[in-house]
Amino acid sequence: MSTLEIRNLHVTVETPEGTKEILKGVDLTINSGETHAIMGPNGSGKSTLAYSIAGHPKYQITEGSVTLDGEDVLEMSVDERAKAGLFLAMQYPVEVPGVSVSNFLRTAKTAIDGEAPKLRTWVKDVRVAMDNLRMDPAFGERGVNEGFSGGEKKRHEILQMELLQPKISILDETDSGLDVDALRIVSEGVNRAKESTGLGVMLITHYTRILNYIKPDFVHVFVNGRVAEQGGPELAERLEAEGYDRYVANA
Amino acid sequence: MTVTDHTQATADAAHSHGIIPDKSRADRPTSFDVDAFPVPTGREENWRFSPVRDLRTLFADEAVEGTLEWGASDLPEGVALTQLTADDAQARTVRAPGDRASAVAVKHAAAPMALTVAANTVVDEPISIDLTGKGGEARGHILVELGQSAEATVVIRRTGTAHYSELVSVNLADNAGLNLVLLQQWDEDAVHAGEVLAKLGRDARLRGTVVTLGGKVVRLNTSVAFAGEGASVDLFGLYFADSGQHQEHQLFVDHAVPKCTSRVTYKGALAGKTARSVWIGDVLIRAAAEGTDTYELNRNLVLTDGARADSVPNLEIETGEIEGAGHASATGRFDEEQMFYLRSRGISEEQARKLVVRGFFADLIHEIGVPAVEESLMRQIDLEIAHVEEELGDE
Repeated sequence: MSTLEIRNLHVTVETPEGTKEILKGVDLTINSGETHAIMGPNGSGKSTLAYSIAGHPKYQITEGSVTLDGEDVLEMSVDERAKAGLFLAMQYPVEVPGVSVSNFLRTAKTAIDGEAPKLRTWVKDVRVAMDNLRMDPAFGERGVNEGFSGGEKKRHEILQMELLQPKISILDETDSGLDVDALRIVSEGVNRAKESTGLGVMLITHYTRILNYIKPDFVHVFVNGRVAEQGGPELAERLEAEGYDRYVANA
Repeated sequence: MTVTDHTQATADAAHSHGIIPDKSRADRPTSFDVDAFPVPTGREENWRFSPVRDLRTLFADEAVEGTLEWGASDLPEGVALTQLTADDAQARTVRAPGDRASAVAVKHAAAPMALTVAANTVVDEPISIDLTGKGGEARGHILVELGQSAEATVVIRRTGTAHYSELVSVNLADNAGLNLVLLQQWDEDAVHAGEVLAKLGRDARLRGTVVTLGGKVVRLNTSVAFAGEGASVDLFGLYFADSGQHQEHQLFVDHAVPKCTSRVTYKGALAGKTARSVWIGDVLIRAAAEGTDTYELNRNLVLTDGARADSVPNLEIETGEIEGAGHASATGRFDEEQMFYLRSRGISEEQARKLVVRGFFADLIHEIGVPAVEESLMRQIDLEIAHVEEELGDE
């Protein structure tokens, strides 16, 4: 049982126009096994929340706390956060030319576990995970994200998540740009991880469609750098019908 | 079709196109006479990036005492390594030297050596030649000659230290195939100015790989001339400059006859405040060279502040009847987004840097085609990266 606790989180970024506050006091608690959908209009700070938790150097935390099972996440380096059990599936995964997927996966798994995985079981685990995500075995020899289509990049993110087995996973618009077949495959991967490891999920999305495949326990509406409203799955249905206008008008 | 592809040149800052020379690259003088070349001042077009002060002993027209120690693997049948007289060596060199250091090397080489592979001989195992510097001044003149339809891989590895200048002449008869690997693994105080001159007969194939890791100053000038139709050349280069190192690679591919292909691919990494690399790639497609297909690429990865990479591709085209001609040059900073991506998967900063640099060089190393060399290079690149970590740690 793990808990990611975000308290009164304030985050700024440097822009050409000066320092800008993006997050203005975010409170959120995610437990193992729970799925929290974070929904909101573009520019509301959803991705900033994701990258701040993962430790991207672009974002400055000015106030508040983030803890994982009581440990201060904000004190940890980027790789320490991953080793502590956090995972960020990125909206725009980065190409690392010349580094093969299989080498990358093995290196990451070794780093997370603190020891190299047993070769025979590892090869099998990778094969099964790739098969589940309908990824061709030849994928392993390609450079990380090099020349991947949008759908391949997202499946590769979920592949990593399934193999690295984090405690809490943040999915940053994993559904954006996916056709319904790819969306289904990716969603199955998330549901498998929830079932097998009790993964807690922060599901950041702009669209409600993914919620047909990954059932949220909680829905948070994110507007102007903070949570404007929260509720159960029914809140998503209301957003589907009404959009974000109601919140944006008030912001 | 004429294509000049600049798409890859925009990764960071666009590459400079150098000073447009008022004369063709082909008009540069060549001569065995040292006096035909004034002592370079550093203001000449072909020396303007070079640390001529460090190279000055290599310009002196005088005899020297030192030599490099030679070691060669067992030579199979059909392959011979012989010492030549100065006159014989000069007569068999494919072209006269193109600069003063090279002319001095030929004139004062104590023992010109020729490696010859007889016609129709196919050598499966790489032929290894180890040249070890024992300090002091040394001059060298080496000939590699393949008879018609001969095939061989030759690895020349330089270690130790010296102030060394050298001319390597490569003569490929019709339909010959040579994989030539030149490894500059000098100690850190070595100074090396070399010229590599290659001539390719009809349908000949040259794959030339240059790896420059060691030495204080290494300046290699490679020229390839096509003498017969249907020949092809692939030139690969890999370099890694640390603080205090100047690594310069100049290339000239002369398409004088129709239907030849050239590919030039050089990649370098730089780390340390005074690390310096220079790449100049000249390609000339003469009026007669219809059906030419050429592409040259230089990429530099700058790992730390202060390092400087110059990259100057030049393409002269005198006929429109070609298959393709392009060049690309890009010099990029170490990518922080790549680092974040890898580290967000639990990979430490040090290991992430290693992965990125290894990945940068991986395709190039696999082109060498000599497994033992490929493996040892990966290890040496790891050592270079470990050295970078130390430098970063000191800051």
